[in-house]
Amino acid sequence: MLRRFQVHRATTVAEAIELRIQFGDDAAVYAGGTELLLAMKLGVARWPHLIDIKPIAELRGIALNESVLRIGATVTHWDLERDATVARAIPALSALERNVANVRVRAAGTLAGNIIFAEPHADPPTLLMALGARVILAGAKGRRAIPLVEFVTGMYQTALAADEILVAVEVPVATARRAAYVKFQILERPSIGVAIAGDVHDGKFAEAPNIYVGAVDEMPRRVATQTLAGASLRDAGTADALAEAARDAVEPIADLAGTAEYKRHLVGVFARRALAAFAEAA
Amino acid sequence: MARSIRVRLNGTEREVQIEDHVLMLEMLRGLGFLGAKLSCDAEVCGACTVLLDGRPVSACTTLALEAEGRRLETIEGLAQEKKGGAAPPKLHPLQQAFIDNFAFQCGYCTPGMIIAAKSLLDEKPRPTPAEVRHWMEGNICRCTGYQTIVDAVLDAAGASGEPR
Repeated sequence: MLRRFQVHRATTVAEAIELRIQFGDDAAVYAGGTELLLAMKLGVARWPHLIDIKPIAELRGIALNESVLRIGATVTHWDLERDATVARAIPALSALERNVANVRVRAAGTLAGNIIFAEPHADPPTLLMALGARVILAGAKGRRAIPLVEFVTGMYQTALAADEILVAVEVPVATARRAAYVKFQILERPSIGVAIAGDVHDGKFAEAPNIYVGAVDEMPRRVATQTLAGASLRDAGTADALAEAARDAVEPIADLAGTAEYKRHLVGVFARRALAAFAEAA
Repeated sequence: MARSIRVRLNGTEREVQIEDHVLMLEMLRGLGFLGAKLSCDAEVCGACTVLLDGRPVSACTTLALEAEGRRLETIEGLAQEKKGGAAPPKLHPLQQAFIDNFAFQCGYCTPGMIIAAKSLLDEKPRPTPAEVRHWMEGNICRCTGYQTIVDAVLDAAGASGEPR
């Protein structure tokens, strides 16, 4: 049972921005609704107006332009896990999307909504940060692109301005670049996720890889990897160094998925597994 | 705001009056379609699963207005009425397979289970046991222990059950 609200269907980005300005804090942007309606049912949020952006044609579709994969704001997890372009360009993202939540949430929920909700227990942001993704925002003063690592500012917090909507997520695609994401989960959301992206030369990290640990802290945390440049992927010393750096990168928060101490232990274990998966990735 | 939506519900065009904040499950149960159940109310258990343009969604957390101009399928639409109306309807192969494999006990999760399984078989008519388990992991049953449900879906797909 939801409290009364009115849904406004925007058909262009400009119209959505106008509605954002008109209603201010009284409106939320609505697409899949898998997080938004849940929060409203639980009573933790209430908006008298919802701005439905699904009718906006520009926000649909997945496209690979030169070296950037562009994912429109209303693209669902279901679309991503089935998309042949995504599977070719970033297999690790396809694999991650196949395992987000459950089939019904994937069918309705959007990647952009997942990012904007900034729920710490989420899969996509961790890998997307490791891949160097950015978000395209549109507002009254025009458009801007900012790195995802700057867009997510904390637990349920982003840099989205009151007049803005997220238009697309852009992920750089480098053919030589590998990526892997591993997670562990006992409840509906991940207890931990670890993502690695980087270039490999001769079985070694060509340079310091991008490694992020998600779901244990307020937001995905970057692991210090300077010492891993040139390190062999299958060397036991590399795994030890990575596990220690990953444990140092987070301040785990205790919750239903476990104590802080337990989670820090998991971080080390899953950092090793992420490295093993990364070494296997084609 | 009240609005009138047209929806193709189990193959029949219907016009329904709803308000924007009404959930799909509230609309369906208000129309007398009681197969989809409210249980977790949080998109976790699958008891309210219905198909929107063939995709499974949680009717408990989907706005009714999303059905506008689209195909909505519920458990009530699966069995085929026989001509004349006197004989019992012919069950969908999944419904028959759930009976044949003892895939339910209390039955509360069953409509959601069968509807979820239908969307799998519509997309992938011959799934592997692992694909059945992956697809159905968002549907919770507290009676059967799941093995008979996996067996029923594979049975309906014409595949033999998992080796025990």
